Formats: sequence, structure tokens, C-alpha cells
Amino acid sequence: MSEAPGNVTVVAAPDILIRAKGLTKTFGDFTAVAGIDFELTRGEVFGFLGPNGAGKSSTMRMIGCVSPPSGGELSIFGLDPVRDGQAIRARLGVVPQEDTLDVELTVRENLLIYGRYFGLRRDVIRERTARLLEFVQLTERADDEVEPLSGGMKRRLTIARSLISDPEVLLLDEPTTGLDPQARHVVWDRLYRLKQQGVTLVLTTHYMDEAEQLCDRLVVMDGGKIAAEGSPRELIDRYSTAEVLELRFGLDEHEKMAGKLEGVPAERIEVLADRILLYTADGDAALGAVRARGLEPVTSLVRRSTLEDVFLRLTGRRLED
Amino acid sequence: MRAAIRQLRFWMTNYRRTWRGSIYSSVLNPVLYLGAMGVGLGSLVNAHGTASLGGVSYLTFLAPGLMAAAAMQTAMGESTYPVFGSVKWLKTYQAAAATPLRPADLFHGHLMFTTLRLAMNSAVFLAIMAAFGAARSPWVLACLPAAVLTGLAFATPIEAYAMTCKKDSSFALLFRFGVIPLFLFSGTFFPITSLPAVVRPLAYLTPLWHGVALCRSLSLGTAQPGQTALHVGYLLAVTAAGIYAGNLTYRRRLYA
Repeated sequence: MSEAPGNVTVVAAPDILIRAKGLTKTFGDFTAVAGIDFELTRGEVFGFLGPNGAGKSSTMRMIGCVSPPSGGELSIFGLDPVRDGQAIRARLGVVPQEDTLDVELTVRENLLIYGRYFGLRRDVIRERTARLLEFVQLTERADDEVEPLSGGMKRRLTIARSLISDPEVLLLDEPTTGLDPQARHVVWDRLYRLKQQGVTLVLTTHYMDEAEQLCDRLVVMDGGKIAAEGSPRELIDRYSTAEVLELRFGLDEHEKMAGKLEGVPAERIEVLADRILLYTADGDAALGAVRARGLEPVTSLVRRSTLEDVFLRLTGRRLED
Repeated sequence: MRAAIRQLRFWMTNYRRTWRGSIYSSVLNPVLYLGAMGVGLGSLVNAHGTASLGGVSYLTFLAPGLMAAAAMQTAMGESTYPVFGSVKWLKTYQAAAATPLRPADLFHGHLMFTTLRLAMNSAVFLAIMAAFGAARSPWVLACLPAAVLTGLAFATPIEAYAMTCKKDSSFALLFRFGVIPLFLFSGTFFPITSLPAVVRPLAYLTPLWHGVALCRSLSLGTAQPGQTALHVGYLLAVTAAGIYAGNLTYRRRLYA
């Protein structure tokens, strides 16, 4: 792509690890990724936030050099993913969305086989296996088969496996999807530690709390396009208000009630199926104004804006539907 | 090559867990078939006269053919479910594709493992054949590479095909309408000159007939250079075509 005649080959600056310009992926008539631009800098945690089908996984597979781009430019470590796929993959760690562990082998054997794929020596693998199993809290299960491990343990093992080659960039596709809340928190904790160690992380998620907790910078994706880019804080400041007042009325009353809220101090009102959201600088003042009109919601809640609100504002839809 | 060997190591590690089960089929099947068909049924055939078999006992006629057919069975076993399972159920192929290994490395690594399995099973078969007194010429040792080649002529195209399958029910059809008819009608149990003239050319097209004819001529010490070259050439050509196809289907499936 970057070799096309007439194009100047873009050499990535040393601290820019991944650069995409107009990146596109199509499958027949279906466009999964519709021309996206982004840059990843060494040491940051970068996220793709969006609902299922937004094009996040397709983007990750292109970065992982297992899916040739259909158009646009993509350079990883300054290399071309189609021509130099092998060299790039040697420097990446990948945690795929679905578990791809060999469940018939033991925890340790999974790491050994994977380390061998990277051409690592056995003694190097042995040393790293001990360290990584400690890190993901699976030392006691080292010689057990993978099959009976819980979902959270399998996820942590997958993370350990992805780190066996000491990658420069770790790609995580929906790292906590399908896990129960407790297991998610353990995984988040481990990822947060990696971030503290300075590992560059790229992750996709449709959980706004995951994106908010982990990402230094993220892009909001919808329908194969990037709708917005920035740090979680910037995005919230730019696309939402400081506070949100959530009101719940009786069933099927929300449309009717929304009409009666005119004049209440709110920048924007969103009517959802089960509640009304008022975007405002001061939630308590807004609630006072609602009550002053003689409206009494069944429940009310004043909270800070989240990325969920950003997503709703940008796309008109909720993330986790 | 080195990358493919890493994948071979994976299959060897895996095999350490399942080899006990596989020993049953590789030892028991030849014993049962050679005993029931070669010795049992053979006593009736021999009583009737074996001029049409080239004047050798039925057991001696049958054993090298069965060896080629057993190689086909081994090849089919290795190139269907294990390959399909790696890409569809366990997704270990996707995991490996995220490393420096290329799809072709995964393919070639598994072919190396299949070759080892073929060599193992064929060696066991050869030993059992000798124990039954069905090996008559020192050339019988050449049946080992011949059977391995016969197996590879099945393993490579079938493995290429397995990577295109969306459902494992495709394999049931393959066994029912492919493997079983080939097993029965490729000259393993009776010379294909006994087949009706219309279907005989079909038999000549199947890799198994070439494998059976090759192993039999070596075992009986009747191999002619020209015919041997034809059989080997045919089997090599099918194997090469299978490797070419597999390189494509592996890439297509893993690099969508």
C-alpha cells in the first residue's frame, strides 16, 4: 500500500508505533471498517470503544497482521503488515476475543508451545513462565490441564501467553467480555499493572467503565467509522455535561413526561425506554426545577457523565444494547 | 522449515496424550484384518486356486494392499477432524497464526506429523505382516516409504479441503462415499481386473489403486521400473497438488 507508485512512503517517527490512514476493511459488499485514521504512541493505553459490529475486531485483526487491509494505509513499527507480517507479529502479543488455548494441554505446556512459536529457547520460556504465572496468579495450576479452569483463569492464562514473547505492544480484543464482575476486576487489575510497567496496550471494548479505567486515549467507533477521539476526560467534557440527572417515571410515561420538562435547566434531554436523562451542569438544581413543576419521578439519580453518555450523544444509541 | 518444525513439536506434545488410543487401531486393525480376511477367508480362496492372484496365497496377495489402504485410513484420520478442530473448535490455529508462524508453516508442520504417524503405523503393519509370514521379498521393506507416500497423496488434498469446511458433517460424507468405496474397490481385496470394464478406468484414477499396486509389486518382488515410476509419479503429483491447494486454503481461512 505504502509502496504504491506516486505515494511517498511514510516513515513512522520512532515513538509512533502504529499509524493508520484511511484504513478500510471490506468483506464482499460489507464494509467492516470504513476509512479510519489513528496513531498509537509508545507507552500509552489506546482503546477502541464501540458496540458489537462497530469494526473494532476487524481493526485489531488488521493490526495483528492476520487480515490484509482492503484499502488505506497501515504501518506498524514502520513496517508493512502484508509484506512484513512475520516480523511485526514477532513483536506483538495478542489476546483474542475468544479463548484459543489448547484445553487438552496443561497451563505450562500452553506457554511452552506458544513460546516455541516465537522461537524462544526453552530456558528462557521456563524462566518467563514462572514469572508470568505468578503475575496472573496461576502458579498453583501450572501443571493442571486447561479444560477445567474457570473463564477468568483462562482469560488470565491467555494474557500470560500473550506476554511470553515480551511484546512491545499488547493487543486485547474485548478482554473481559463474558466474565463475571469479580473475574473482570481481577483482569482489570492485571492490565492496570501492565500499564504501570509501561507496556503499550491496545484494547477494544464495549464496556465504558473498562475504557474509562484503563485507556489514556480512545476512539469511539460506530458503523466502521471513528466518531470521536480523545482521552476519556476530554471526550466527556467535549460531548457531555458535568452532571446527568436520571429520572424514572411510571411505565410508558417517559415520552409524555419529557414534554413537560421544557424549561428545566438542561442542555439536552434524552428519552430512553426506561428513563429520561437530563444533561446539565447542576443535577440537583435541575431536579429541584422538575419537582417545582409538580412532577414526582419514581426514582431520581444525579451522577457524573460517563463515556456511555458520550456514546449516546455521538450515535443516538446506547453501548451495551 | 524451522517454523514448521515448531508446529510439528506442538502435534507431538499433543500426541503424547493420545498415543495409547491410537496404538489399538494401528496394531489391532492389521491383526484382525490379516487374520479374518487373509487367513480365514484366504483358506477358501486358496482352495479355489490363486492363479488370478499371481499364484501366491491370498494372505500374501492381500497384506501389501491392506498396508496401502491402512495408510489411507491413517491419513484420513489425521487430516480431517484434527485439522478442522484446530481451526473451528479449539481455535489453536488462530492462536498460532498470531505468532510469527505463517499459515503454510502450520500446514507443513501438521504434514510432518502426519508423515511420522504414517511411518509409525506402516512400520507396525510391516512387522505384523512379517509375523503372519506374508512378507516374501526383501523388497517388502520398500513398502514402508510407498505406504507413506500413498498416505500423503490423501492427507495433502484432504487437509486442504478440511480447511474450507464450515461443518464437520462434510467428513461423514467423505468417509461414506469416498474412503469406504476406495477401500473396497481399489484392488485391496481382489484384482481390479475382476471389476466390470466400465468402472475399471475409475479405479486407475484413484491414488489408492496406485498405492496398492505399488506396495503389492514391491512385496511380491514383481516391481517393474516403468510401472513403479508411474505409480510413484502419480502419487507424488497428487501430493504436490494437495500441498499447493493447502497452502491456499490455509491462508484463506486464517487470513480473512
